[in-house]
Amino acid sequence: MTDELEELRAAMRKASPDPDPTSRAKNLAMAQRNFDAHQGSTSDARLTSDRRPLVGRIISGVTDMFQSISTRGALTASTAIVAIGLFVVLPEGRDILTPRSPATLGQEAVTPKPIVAPTDLEGRRERSDENFAVQSEELLDADENESFVRTGNLAEAKGDRVKLFSRTQSAEVDAAAGMEAPMMEVAPMRELAIFGEPNTEVFANEPASSLKITAQEPVSTFSIDVDTAAYAVVRSSLMAGFLPPVDAVRIEEMINYFPYEYAAPTVGEAPFSQTATVMTTPWNADTKLVHIALQGQLPALENRPALNLVFLIDTSGSMQDPNKLPLLKQSFKLMLGQLHKDDQVAIVTYAGSAGQVLDATPASDRTTILAALENLHSGGSTAGQAGLQQAYAVADAMAKDGEVTRVILATDGDFNVGISNPDALKDFIADKRDTGTYLSVLGFGRGNLDDATMQALAQNGNGAAAYIDTLNEAQKVLVDQLSGALFPIAGDVKVQVEFNPAIVAEYRLIGYETRGLAREDFNNDKVDAGDIGAGHSVTAIYEVTPVGSPAVLNNPLRYGAETPATDETGELGFLRLRYKNPGEDRSHLIQTLIIDAVGAAGAEARFAIAMSGFGQLLRGSDYLGSWSWGDAIELANSALGEDAFGYRREAISLMRLAQSLAK
Amino acid sequence: MRMKTSDEDLALAAAGGDRDAFAALLARRYDDLFRLAFRLTGNRADAEDITQDVCAALSAKLAHYRGDARFTTWAYRVVVNAVHDRRRRVATRAKSAEGWGDWEVNRRAAIAEAQDQTAWLTTAMSALPVDMRDTLALLLEDELTHAQAGDVLGISEGTVSWRMSEVKKHLRALAKKEQSS
Repeated sequence: MTDELEELRAAMRKASPDPDPTSRAKNLAMAQRNFDAHQGSTSDARLTSDRRPLVGRIISGVTDMFQSISTRGALTASTAIVAIGLFVVLPEGRDILTPRSPATLGQEAVTPKPIVAPTDLEGRRERSDENFAVQSEELLDADENESFVRTGNLAEAKGDRVKLFSRTQSAEVDAAAGMEAPMMEVAPMRELAIFGEPNTEVFANEPASSLKITAQEPVSTFSIDVDTAAYAVVRSSLMAGFLPPVDAVRIEEMINYFPYEYAAPTVGEAPFSQTATVMTTPWNADTKLVHIALQGQLPALENRPALNLVFLIDTSGSMQDPNKLPLLKQSFKLMLGQLHKDDQVAIVTYAGSAGQVLDATPASDRTTILAALENLHSGGSTAGQAGLQQAYAVADAMAKDGEVTRVILATDGDFNVGISNPDALKDFIADKRDTGTYLSVLGFGRGNLDDATMQALAQNGNGAAAYIDTLNEAQKVLVDQLSGALFPIAGDVKVQVEFNPAIVAEYRLIGYETRGLAREDFNNDKVDAGDIGAGHSVTAIYEVTPVGSPAVLNNPLRYGAETPATDETGELGFLRLRYKNPGEDRSHLIQTLIIDAVGAAGAEARFAIAMSGFGQLLRGSDYLGSWSWGDAIELANSALGEDAFGYRREAISLMRLAQSLAK
Repeated sequence: MRMKTSDEDLALAAAGGDRDAFAALLARRYDDLFRLAFRLTGNRADAEDITQDVCAALSAKLAHYRGDARFTTWAYRVVVNAVHDRRRRVATRAKSAEGWGDWEVNRRAAIAEAQDQTAWLTTAMSALPVDMRDTLALLLEDELTHAQAGDVLGISEGTVSWRMSEVKKHLRALAKKEQSS
């Protein structure tokens, strides 16, 4: 052992408290009682023991699954899966869906065979490249630890979990009774999702926007959001076989992940076009949807300004997994192909200490850049702030007038050491944003993804936060849609909708919970909001309940109720947009009427609505009634459009996967 | 006489229904289990809770003990699983759920009491990724071999050794940083 370890051991010994003698006595007595109870009830407990391992195994299965995801060749596997556009090839996906043979009566309780997907899932992942028999034996050995408690004691303590498993239990009781009914192992997946979340992930989200009464609060204001991270995180969760945590689902990002072919703006006018269409609600015949679409222009790419990119790469120890640093290297290689010869690239890494590993280099010098990328190795803890400061210093040195300068932060979200104050960090980024250097954040890997910090940094840096889980996603973010990610065409884009209380009784905004703005912020140019990049499309959807509709949820007030104004205008509402041209301080205002006439929803709008429904289903929304996964799939299927890149088809695969997992 | 009986024999006897053997074994190892729980969580209250959970579950689990692993190795795996289980349950609540407190708080504490060894410990532990920390917690007292720690964590011996070398690197880097500052 090294001196440092000795020192740590000494410190640990000193810090380790002695167990509390009272608790010790109590715990020992309790253990003894359990022991006695256990001896007396072995036969009764037998059925329980058949079930309890289920929980233990799922838990450990998931842990190991995450470990194996990060340690095995998951990168190649997952890339291949996406590349052929099918989710079902994922081995555990098949496992979950395939009926298994039931346990036969009298079978030894620890036999892993009839039990559950997850352990098996872990085994199977390993088995794909290793010896099956050996793995099975290991599972048997491991069982002694996985099998939790036979007696009722712990079952009581963890009764909530036992309850969640009741469906499977009854299936097993049937099986134990010798019935040959096949056992579907789908039920535990909900549970698996809850426990499957690795412990250090942090997601930014708010409770779903509540239903607003137009008479009381006619104005709704929010900032646009062109991030895509939430969709990729949802996909990565579903692909790993569990439903995403509710907070990971930001519905607007799931909608805006997809390119839409909304009408492009007329050249010479505002940098984006806006449309507001009223359409029927698929999940409620008595409400309507207001579909607001913004489409950014796509400037000619040949004439684009030169780019100065500073890659700020997290090389901390946690980045070593194949789906982190190695994927990052591959992703950046893809991106290099998109750069012009006058673009410049620099690389700064941050781990234990921050360091510049590549000076500003013309993008045409591919050999030097690739060599620098190849030489990146993970190791050390993370000092996010020092790295950021250095990256900005490099960026400042590279910036010239008329060029676009951007820091691209690539991390798994582990800002472990070095941020002395997160607020100060945000301020720092916001200051730099005002000097013209923007920040984009690319998230890699799962396990300690700090989605919340990523969001905060990207929002303050006028950049998008994207989550790269596969090479395919890298292709989308860094190749297909690179110009949108790097070239802002309009900044601080805010949306404000005023509803006409004579026509709309209630409304709610779907998604955008983390992007809400105060009503007065709309006209305040000091208040920051999201940017639209070249060619980006942005969609927002309101569900509105017309006056007099049976779907109105709020009763009219008995006291002090105002008689609603009658309306002759036929206007459902009024849409106001504010944006700034890049580099300007003053905003421009665009105003559009929302006419109360239900139009036919085109494929683009229908797909956006399907995605909003998908997001709401994942979040367990209360507003969908009996509208189901099947309905979402049908709606999305009817709206595939051209789908040149296959993104929409992939989304439908995910919906189907979620449908199965949610059962 | 019981004092001389090996852990493993006691455990097998207990698995066979000998309540005195069970009592003697648990009394002998209780403190070790608690200390491991503390090393894993860095928090006394959590360590108490986990030890309680383990005690509650131990009699039932022991029925599966076959004597093919050292009792401590086997029991440590129970503790590690209980800690992981607990982390998952509190996972969504806060980052502090991973134990060793919130790094931000720790860092500030560390700065304020730079001379304090406990603060140094907290800084050192919280700087480590959680799986490295678990590995270190298991190996710190030299009770287990790398292979046994691998069994406990469900990973290979090679991975344990690699993690420990990473841990040492971390610690050296930390020590260097302290010297330079």
